[in-house]
Amino acid sequence: MEQLLQQIINGISLGSIYALIALGYTMVYGIIKLINFAHSDIYMLGAFIGYFSMTTLKLGFIPSLLLAMVFCTITGVVIEKVAYKPLRHATRIAVLITAIGVSLFIEYTTMAIAGANVRSYPPLTGILTKSFMLGNINISMQQIIILGITIILMILLQFIVKKTRIGKAMRAVSLDSDAAELMGINVNTTISFTFALGSALAGAAGILVGIYYNSINPLMGMLPGIKAFVAAVFGGIGIIPGAMIGGYFIGIVEVLVSGYSNSLYRDGVVFAILILVLIIKPTGLLGKNSREKV
Amino acid sequence: MKKLFNINWIKTLVSLILTFVIIQLLISFNIINSYLQSTLAAICINIILAVSLNLITGFTGQFSLGHAGFMSIGAYVCALITLRVQTIPGFILGVLAGAVTAAIIGVIVGLPTLRLRGDYLAIATLGMAEIIRIIFLNMDSITNGAAGLSDIPQITNWAWLFFYTAGTIIIISNFIKSSHGRACISIREDEIAAEAMGVNSTRYKVTAFTIGAFFAGIAGALYASTFNFIDPKIFGFSKSIDILVIVVLGGLGSISGSIIAAVLLGIITTYLQAFANIQMILYSLTLIIIMIFRPQGLMGSKELSLSIFSKLGDRFKPKKGRV
Repeated sequence: MEQLLQQIINGISLGSIYALIALGYTMVYGIIKLINFAHSDIYMLGAFIGYFSMTTLKLGFIPSLLLAMVFCTITGVVIEKVAYKPLRHATRIAVLITAIGVSLFIEYTTMAIAGANVRSYPPLTGILTKSFMLGNINISMQQIIILGITIILMILLQFIVKKTRIGKAMRAVSLDSDAAELMGINVNTTISFTFALGSALAGAAGILVGIYYNSINPLMGMLPGIKAFVAAVFGGIGIIPGAMIGGYFIGIVEVLVSGYSNSLYRDGVVFAILILVLIIKPTGLLGKNSREKV
Repeated sequence: MKKLFNINWIKTLVSLILTFVIIQLLISFNIINSYLQSTLAAICINIILAVSLNLITGFTGQFSLGHAGFMSIGAYVCALITLRVQTIPGFILGVLAGAVTAAIIGVIVGLPTLRLRGDYLAIATLGMAEIIRIIFLNMDSITNGAAGLSDIPQITNWAWLFFYTAGTIIIISNFIKSSHGRACISIREDEIAAEAMGVNSTRYKVTAFTIGAFFAGIAGALYASTFNFIDPKIFGFSKSIDILVIVVLGGLGSISGSIIAAVLLGIITTYLQAFANIQMILYSLTLIIIMIFRPQGLMGSKELSLSIFSKLGDRFKPKKGRV
């Protein structure tokens, strides 16, 4: 029982990271129906900027987090303007291939600049090294920080999407971008803003994973990226709470499978669950079935 | 008999024989050296993969991100057979068994997942390919796990590769021209309208998926036999993406486009080897630039055929006035 609780706590930390990445996927998908493969590399960039700011600039954790988020926001918006905007009216698969191109470009440019070797984050100091015992369950300060920051960011995101003007515009564009444009919404600005929000969250996830797992490399985004996308699909793609639920679910399942059986099967189980969910409920857990009109 | 010996058929046959003989001569005179020969083999394998994926994604409109999974099945089955029977009949049996196994898995996977639409199908097929890869990774006693299978006897040569590549192209393009192929294209254009016209969409989707899986299995078998070594890493997610890139670059729904894109990308990657450290950066930039300026792919959905020369000829002929 204690072991189970311990595993679930570890799973929540991993799930927070998946959820943060999945939110970016789901928002971008919701608004322009694109699987943004470059998103996982934004997450990788976040981890590298965090590393750079903690080691070279010797900044603390919070300033590094903010720096990584700002840098990722800018990168995300630039990618959208340069690579995706010219393809607004092209087929979706062409945009998808562009996204794959952008993803490879970021990965290998980072590799050319920073080298392909694995780097480890600087050792944590001060309050970050503490851990608490709750009965026999060990909760580290990093886990609390990861969960805390994730929850803060999610509340902030919910506030932006539900309460602000631009959030309203985002929802309108994702519902029907032509109608939104007719109502005077600047669709291009809204799309850029969506990329900015998603990229900021991915940047935060990158630096959090850096302090949690300690090691980063230019190709670290690939697998978590796919899993975060799986999480978004699992919860129903385009639906923000769905991405959160999916992220936590995938994180917990992954940790439980590697804790109780062969860790090599971890990814297999995740994908098997995904396929089952899709077969039973093709639009994901929270997805609504839309009637097809002829 | 009339159908068998019409002029188009003879044209195709002559151009096939010419292609084969010219490249065979270049190999005999060592103009295509052993290094370029492996590029040639990779191009042939990529053509088979791209043409078969084009049947699924380009013609039937089902977005699959799991083609490398079927390829890996073909590769492993063929490798395991040829490792035990190291002869040409063993190789033929291996390719056939690999392709058939891949096709069977294709049916099993296709039946439940092809009900899904668009990106959901893409993610389901991606997951399926990853599961296949993880199974190979964990079947240590048979597949040797992460270390992979090595010393697979190399039986393929240009003749074998050409035979399988040309065979794939001919069979798939004939399938597309048949009534079954037209049914598949109608599903791509509008599934509901196709069903209303009496096309059994599930059946045709699964058929296209199975044929695609079959040929991906052949490609995998050829890969194993050409490069003597396979491990689960080769057939990961990025391999599926590579195949999709070739198909989209060539043009969805254009077989000649897939062939041209496979040849071009093969040549580009060979020349980029010289700049190893920035190879992937240049490759990705090429990809982005081609997609921004030509989002429909190099060929769109048109086919390149010999008639293009006669069309060009027509342009210079004096135009006849209408009566």
